[in-house]
Amino acid sequence: MEEKNNKIDIILLLVFTALLLGVNIYLFAGKILPVNAIGIGIVIAAILTLSLYSFLYKDNPFFKIAENLFVGAGMGISVVIIWFNYLKPELYKPLIRYAVRDNIPGEPNFWLIIPMLLGLFMFARFLKKTMWLSRWSFAFIIGGGAGISIPVVIHSFILKQIEPSLQPVFVDGSFTLQSINIILLLSGTISVLIYFFFSTPHTGIVGNISRLGIWFLMVAFGASFGYTVMGRMSLLIQRIQFLLTDWLKINIQ
Amino acid sequence: MIELLLNIDRRIIFALVFLAVIIPLWVKIDLPFKPTATVLGVYDRIESLPENSVVLLSSDYDPQSRAELFPMHLAVLRHCFRKNLKVISMTHWIYGVGIAEEALKVASNEYNKKNGEDYVFLGWKPGFAILIIGMGQDLYDAFPTDHYGKNTREIPMLKNVSSLRDINYLVDLAAGNTIEPWIAYGRDIYGFEMGAGCTAIIAPDMYPFLQTKQITGLLGGMKGAADYEILLKQGTLAQEAMRPLTAVHILIVVLVLLCNILYFITRKKDGRKKQ
Repeated sequence: MEEKNNKIDIILLLVFTALLLGVNIYLFAGKILPVNAIGIGIVIAAILTLSLYSFLYKDNPFFKIAENLFVGAGMGISVVIIWFNYLKPELYKPLIRYAVRDNIPGEPNFWLIIPMLLGLFMFARFLKKTMWLSRWSFAFIIGGGAGISIPVVIHSFILKQIEPSLQPVFVDGSFTLQSINIILLLSGTISVLIYFFFSTPHTGIVGNISRLGIWFLMVAFGASFGYTVMGRMSLLIQRIQFLLTDWLKINIQ
Repeated sequence: MIELLLNIDRRIIFALVFLAVIIPLWVKIDLPFKPTATVLGVYDRIESLPENSVVLLSSDYDPQSRAELFPMHLAVLRHCFRKNLKVISMTHWIYGVGIAEEALKVASNEYNKKNGEDYVFLGWKPGFAILIIGMGQDLYDAFPTDHYGKNTREIPMLKNVSSLRDINYLVDLAAGNTIEPWIAYGRDIYGFEMGAGCTAIIAPDMYPFLQTKQITGLLGGMKGAADYEILLKQGTLAQEAMRPLTAVHILIVVLVLLCNILYFITRKKDGRKKQ
């Protein structure tokens, strides 16, 4: 049975390859796609898209090639952008250039030596003897990060979020639709907090409130799932639109 | 029959999803869409800005989220250029540089806007929160040059924009956790107003910020982008995707209901067997 399945897989792989070749030759020969960088780019993108979606059938060499290409190309782009957008204008030009080139006008910015060293110390982790140096860099990152984040996070994400939970239920002395929102918000916040409060057994009134918390959590998970479906399907739709209109030039309007 | 449905090959479901996407792309049905209040929160704010106001557009996403965020990116840019607003574009995401550049190119060509006079592309820089704080203290220090290597102090459009305090509105288009740093380290410290657009997956997490009015509005996923296109009466990238999106949603709702019905039937049967 397994041998038969393998044979089917090999046949499918060959058919897929032949189809891709045939369609692309037809697109170029029929001048549907231009034989230039744009045309070749579209064909590569189409082949990679189909190769990645081939995983829906099962893992295969096309998927593996596309996956590795993605990682490699991504890394290559990162290196180029980091150098040209960041290291060159902010470290090489104001500091290192003065050490490696002659007759550069102006003065080097020696303050940059400190962050440069802290950055280089991160690479010290690769050697056992110098590993301790990276602790200085981490100490700087963690200390500085915590110092900057703690007051801001408390202000923006805790105190600011408490405000709308403490609104008066009666808006201008009357019970309106807004009042229902406020009650829902308050009961949702309290019941979910009680659900995550484990110092008391979840029995009696505490148990009932925590069960209400579960319902609120379920509604939240449902909303998240709905949005996730929309997100994932949007990606699929855009890829199919690309294959039909940009690659195959089929008019779907 | 029930056993057959419970053990259905997942590839049949993939095929059904594929059909639910492809058929509505050809069969044109006009579905009524009404822009949501959260989208109006961004649209109305940009609409109310006077000419030459400065809008900072932070496009913090990469090609993986292009399907959802590029339509709203283009829509927001078109809106800004139509209103003759000045746009500062940047990205916190290293792979977002190419997309941000492409969106600027498309929209600026449509409205005949010039780099350096009507818009500036600052490009990418690492740091997230630290970068935002730096921009709030001194924009020229945070970005000594724009993406093309031009000194930011010499760019005419940035003449009166030396920090985040000088911008009138900020829109963050996010595929990850960049809206929160913009709120905490930018908006709450430097006092500008901001709106957000994001992928559908992170949209539910952003609703608390709408409630606290830390963001004026939110464009959530493809629907948010389609709503913006409807309000703008320009662009069809997201609107065209709404037909297949609706069909797939209906299919998934049907499948979820079917699974639940089958679950209850089998549970009832198992209960009888035990008795």
